[in-house]
Amino acid sequence: MERHFQHELESVKTTLIKMGSVVEENMSFAIQSLFEQKSELAQQVTESDIRVNSLEIEIDNAIVDLLALQQPVASDLRFIIAAQKINNDLERIGDHAVNIAESSLTLNKEGKLGTLLEIPTMAQTTRLMLRHALDSFILLDPKLARSVLESDDQIDELNRLMTNEVIELIRTDKRSIESGLELIRISRNLERVADMATNIAEEVIFHTQAKVVKHHAENQKQQNTL
Amino acid sequence: MTETVQRPSHLSTSSVMDIKLEAINVNAFFGKTQALRDVSLTIEKNHVVAIIGPSGCGKSTFLRCINRMHEVAGGTMNGSILLDGEDIYENDPVNLRRRVGMVFQKPNPFPTMSIFDNVAAGLRLNGMASKNHIADRVERSLRQAALWNEVKDSLSKSGMSLSGGQQQRLCIARALAVNPDVLLMDEPASALDPISTAKIEELIYELKKNYTIVIVTHNMQQAARVSDRTAFFYLGELIEYDITKKIFTMPSIKQTEEYVTGRFG
Repeated sequence: MERHFQHELESVKTTLIKMGSVVEENMSFAIQSLFEQKSELAQQVTESDIRVNSLEIEIDNAIVDLLALQQPVASDLRFIIAAQKINNDLERIGDHAVNIAESSLTLNKEGKLGTLLEIPTMAQTTRLMLRHALDSFILLDPKLARSVLESDDQIDELNRLMTNEVIELIRTDKRSIESGLELIRISRNLERVADMATNIAEEVIFHTQAKVVKHHAENQKQQNTL
Repeated sequence: MTETVQRPSHLSTSSVMDIKLEAINVNAFFGKTQALRDVSLTIEKNHVVAIIGPSGCGKSTFLRCINRMHEVAGGTMNGSILLDGEDIYENDPVNLRRRVGMVFQKPNPFPTMSIFDNVAAGLRLNGMASKNHIADRVERSLRQAALWNEVKDSLSKSGMSLSGGQQQRLCIARALAVNPDVLLMDEPASALDPISTAKIEELIYELKKNYTIVIVTHNMQQAARVSDRTAFFYLGELIEYDITKKIFTMPSIKQTEEYVTGRFG
């Protein structure tokens, strides 16, 4: 028997997907503005973030309604809890996209370094992680979600590498201090986006399989039972 | 007998709401015992209003005042209840109870009648349809009550042959057959299993497209699920009345907060 509040649950999912789409686009524009030195794209990201914030509030309100008025249980409850966390993660990714765009504007003004070091690799991997995390939510695919978790360590490692490489660059050319710091800032923002994408994937696994995999909880549980 | 009383200021007639029912300073008594004190509220057309509160707070008394059923138990009231702007005491009570139908806690199909005759009974008593049209009206009512598909091949069977949930939907169909404006439901699902309860709740959600519904329930979660507005009663008084979302997320009155969070008493 279909309950009428299922339409409201679907509506939350649809709005989250819409929000994910806007956030993905913002990330894409932020990175593009850096690679192609297009300041107007960076500006677009900042303006578009207003929409992201508005969607976050809309989804938050819808979730409060559902919790208060419909008392969801089982998979519906897990979906609502996951949706609330994904909502928050997407809004944070939106903020990181704005940060990257702002760094891009600064670098474009100063003339960026000859090389972006690990940034292109990090950007490509992070965008793919975000795409897969969102797809896993749309398709309710825990296998795809788990593939996202596997990429996070790579981004963490690249972020550490970036810091060392920038230090080396500044040592060679002290004029590159400001640009170097912006690159580190971009690297950290990309690393945080990768973390958010991992969070989204973890929430998908919680929703679909009722398993908590964050903080390596699944491995810990297995070790405790051995 | 009622008196015409001054409308309280918070019930302004300049509102753009399409008001179906209006209670103005309603007091109800059973002998010397006052069951309702100065209750005023408005109910919009095609809204579901839930009435909640602890046992003995006057929920069912208020419900029964709306179609003067409180008189059956020897009750009296003063103040006014208006249906489409008209005082209910200016209406013949039989006609009033046709326009304001009632469904009770315990399903009560007429035990000696078939499913068909249960629904047709009100039509025949009121002279509302010719023989040819009764069958159409019965089918329409059973469809509206989401029961048609389950009983269409056994309309001649006794109403008592149905399950509890089906009997309750039969009672709803019986009330709908006479084309009411308002449906009063006094804990309609409290005697039913969870699946039947869910069916009744979904039915209420559908019915409100065409009817105004007032439901008394001791199940707060049910009130949250089905209603547009919720009225919280305590010791015969209306404590708070607001849109349901507000009552269950940020009630204005402390007593309401304590009741809905289960901290009452």
